[in-house]
Amino acid sequence: MRRGPHPALIAVAALTYLFLVGPIVIVVGAAFSDTTFLTFPPQGLTTRWFANAWETTAFRSTFLTSLQVATLATTLTLLLGVPAAYALARHRARLPPVLATVFVLPILVPEIVFGFSMLRSVSVGAGVPVFPALVLGHTLLVLPYAVRVTAASLAAFDFAAEEAAISLGAPPLRAFVLVVLPNIRGGVIAAFVLAFITSLNDVSVSLFLTGPGISTLPIQLLAYVEQFFDPTVAAVSVLLMALTVAVMAVVERTLGLSLLAR
Amino acid sequence: MAGATRRAGAAPWLLVAPGLLAVGLVLLVPIGVTIAATLATPDGPLAPYGAFLASGFRRAVLWRTVETALLTTAAALALGFPTAWVVARAPGRWRSLLIVAAVFPLLTNTVVRSFAWMIVLGREGLVNDALLAAGLVAEPLALLYTQGAVVVGLVYLFTPLMILSLVGVLEGIDGDLTDAAASLGAGPGAAFRQVVLPLAAPGLVVGSVLVFTGAFTAYVTPALMGGTRQTVLATLMYQRAMVSFDWTAASTIAALMTAITLAVVLGMSRASRRLNPASG
Repeated sequence: MRRGPHPALIAVAALTYLFLVGPIVIVVGAAFSDTTFLTFPPQGLTTRWFANAWETTAFRSTFLTSLQVATLATTLTLLLGVPAAYALARHRARLPPVLATVFVLPILVPEIVFGFSMLRSVSVGAGVPVFPALVLGHTLLVLPYAVRVTAASLAAFDFAAEEAAISLGAPPLRAFVLVVLPNIRGGVIAAFVLAFITSLNDVSVSLFLTGPGISTLPIQLLAYVEQFFDPTVAAVSVLLMALTVAVMAVVERTLGLSLLAR
Repeated sequence: MAGATRRAGAAPWLLVAPGLLAVGLVLLVPIGVTIAATLATPDGPLAPYGAFLASGFRRAVLWRTVETALLTTAAALALGFPTAWVVARAPGRWRSLLIVAAVFPLLTNTVVRSFAWMIVLGREGLVNDALLAAGLVAEPLALLYTQGAVVVGLVYLFTPLMILSLVGVLEGIDGDLTDAAASLGAGPGAAFRQVVLPLAAPGLVVGSVLVFTGAFTAYVTPALMGGTRQTVLATLMYQRAMVSFDWTAASTIAALMTAITLAVVLGMSRASRRLNPASG
């Protein structure tokens, strides 16, 4: 019979989880408070801050922009990342190993440095308008997720199956879509979800790329928090968290959350 | 297999090319331009760095950023290691629940997570309310806009990363090993130092690098919880780029941040290989 962890360790773990979950509970509570300032525990209960958040055009339009940018950037990144991950796994002997590192570079470089450099060279230097610049920036930002998560599920795939399809006469693309893709479906969906949420939450890159008239929700939220301190921000935060929970629930239903913890 | 290799031809390169091109054109070239701008200036190479370090204020900002990131890493280790140990040894259902509870904050917006602490630490926040109610202080304490507040916010942001980096390696440490060490007469301290620590080294290195570099380059938390009194490199860079439009100064800060980040990543991965040759 093995002893469990020492009670002192369990106590530290319990306090750490209180520390991690507490602030989230506080934000949720503050969003329902019937006061004009942010407070916890909530005084009175109201949903008017949610209505206010919805009626604030700036939040609604930036949320829409965020969704558009995240959808386009995630799609683009999968189109770039999945073939790359496939080639790196399938033709390991024919491609220099350093290529795998190149696809991780966007994680190694500080995001804020990337954001500033994009502003300098892509937005101002090359004159790329705000929206496409945002999509490009987010595409690169989330590319490592697409490549690495897809690569992880390709590592478990036996390419002999694809080989068999090809030797039976299937063209390579058809073999990929019919044989490889169904087997790495979980990895691709996990990559999509991680990339989508990362893009939706990004501040450091968007900070430099948003311009007059076009902003993303996190940037709008940041600007709002710097000026006002009312429960509207908490309400928007709760809505964002609800979206995350919904996405996680879908992943849990279809694939199991262990995919995200990997 | 021989047939496949022959058929493959240029295909592998064609498949990676779009991604490589994107990384090159959108990431490497712009960052190269930023760094090059600090090297080739009319005042001679490296002049912007001399100018940066000549100012006592900017030296203080550089030091504060390093110190804040070090404190954050130490605190995340102190909280994350015992927590990851408990998670790694928790029974199945609890384990998944605890992992989800660590992943969820990571998927929550950083603005939301920093702003939550403003409710806690503000002048009329939870902590001050409690202290006033208990009669411990007569006036609300100025808790926000201090280095302590920034560290708390960053520890909150990055502890989940530390936990997730450690759970994997700690699960791999067989309980029999620590039992064997104990039965051979090792006290808990010796067993920890000689058995657990070397085996956990890869996770400790990855977690520490992620937390240090994340805290070192964080923008939102220092901006919201530190304000102008606790300027760090990231907020100074934003201010130089977007408020005073001094792109050379902003590029210098960007280059410094990149160099320090890469030095930490490379240095630590080298140290990790020395600590645990088997993992390299």
